[in-house]
Amino acid sequence: MKKKLAPFIEWGTLLFCTGTVCFFLVVILWDIVSKGASSLSWGFVSTPPANGMTQGGILPAITGTVLLTLITALVATPFGISCAIYLNEYASDNWSARLVRAAIRNLAGVPSVIYGLFGLSLFVQAMHMGTSMVAAGCTLGLLSLPYIITTTEEALRRIPASTREAALAIGATQFESIRDVVLPAALPGILTGIVLTLSRAAGETAPILFTGVAFYINSPSGGLNQEFMALPYHLYMLSTQHQAIEQVRPLAYGTALVLLIVVFLLNLAAFYIRYKHSKK
Amino acid sequence: MNSEHIKLAARNVDLWFGAKHVLKQVNAAFPQNEVTALIGPSGCGKSTLLRSFNRMHDLVPDVRIEGKLLLEEQDLYDKKASVTQLRKRIGMVFQKPNPFPKSIYENITYGLKINGVPAGQHKEIVERSLKESFIWDEVKDDLDKPAMRLSGGQQQRLCIARTVALRPEVILMDEPCSALDPLSTLKIEELIIKLKEEYTIVIVTHNMQQAQRVADKTYFLYLGEVIENGPTASIFNDPKQQLTKNYVTGHFG
Repeated sequence: MKKKLAPFIEWGTLLFCTGTVCFFLVVILWDIVSKGASSLSWGFVSTPPANGMTQGGILPAITGTVLLTLITALVATPFGISCAIYLNEYASDNWSARLVRAAIRNLAGVPSVIYGLFGLSLFVQAMHMGTSMVAAGCTLGLLSLPYIITTTEEALRRIPASTREAALAIGATQFESIRDVVLPAALPGILTGIVLTLSRAAGETAPILFTGVAFYINSPSGGLNQEFMALPYHLYMLSTQHQAIEQVRPLAYGTALVLLIVVFLLNLAAFYIRYKHSKK
Repeated sequence: MNSEHIKLAARNVDLWFGAKHVLKQVNAAFPQNEVTALIGPSGCGKSTLLRSFNRMHDLVPDVRIEGKLLLEEQDLYDKKASVTQLRKRIGMVFQKPNPFPKSIYENITYGLKINGVPAGQHKEIVERSLKESFIWDEVKDDLDKPAMRLSGGQQQRLCIARTVALRPEVILMDEPCSALDPLSTLKIEELIIKLKEEYTIVIVTHNMQQAQRVADKTYFLYLGEVIENGPTASIFNDPKQQLTKNYVTGHFG
């Protein structure tokens, strides 16, 4: 009797937990989509805010977030990939390499607000970038580095030693074998890691709070040395700091929905890359 | 028999991985245009010996090699010698087929590119080396397809084609058939016998029948030492050492 019941309980527990998680996910999505869909329109994503934010769209926030993510990618990707290649391919497995690796893993756990303060003191003040798009992008880049390094190293580690040896055995140098054989083979894993990291960075508020984001800018955004608007911060302001909070609530939900869609598109890109590679 | 030309040789070679003494005073000589088999139980050092000839241990930390490894009397571990040049002269085929995750065509041309062979010759060399490796008829219409889609036996023949495309002097083979089915194995063995007209071949194998089918000479290694060597027929039919006899008759290993 006990033998018959046990698998049922095990199965039931797992199903219950999975169901609970899915339930909350659906509730959150439903809440945002149902309340945000009404403000979603072509005008909403193609015009700047008007009348003290109570009307108009969120175009500057969208362009701000997209540009900011681009800068983050430009800062974090080359350094992250190079660092991972060095750690996985060149560094010998001694205590100093392990220390560096452990430090990188720990950096991934540092709260994002600390990155914000660090960016403020390094980029904004010490390097005289001012509160600007570049300063915020660099700060988000720093935040993204540990994730990109870790996922890239993981992708490189999955390439078997025999693939590297194949290139070496026909006279490739170590660098050539990495550039021409190992990296292309690891590319889907690396790209997936980068895209997922960027989609997380795109939704961050704390690191850009002190380094460049603004609630409202009059001129169209785009200047790298200027302050800018961004979706997560815009959402935060609309939902907690606005003087007519009830009036702008639909706009806040609309902003949340747009942010979700941006992140979802990035995730879709990662999914597509993986799918395309699995067919090879 | 005495006039045979020694292409590749090991003289008093000792090799350590960390504190582990893997090869002990190994002496070996591999004659030109012959197939020499290295046999012995797992862990006897035969693959380690093979891989020391094209310096595959270079990237392994804690490895120490003493003694001399020679290609045409030239020291392979000479500080001035270029390791990439050397690997072009001593090709290698691995245990598991390891084509590059590229097209069949690019699998051959990659080696040509990094070794500076003019692009104008690529097409001709691809065809020649695929023909030499008995795989041309099977792939000639699919040269742009990914190499990973080939069967294991085809992949291994492609790896051999990739190696012979560079016209090496020596081909090292590390259990090239251990991951293949009997039919593919047979094809590779025919290929090996054909290839020795042009190349000097050293093959590591666990398969006694295979050694007898393809090898002119055989070395038997045990615990890092060469126990016995000689013409293949005498190693298998008339071994001088008791250890060799036990191994080739299947009493251990």
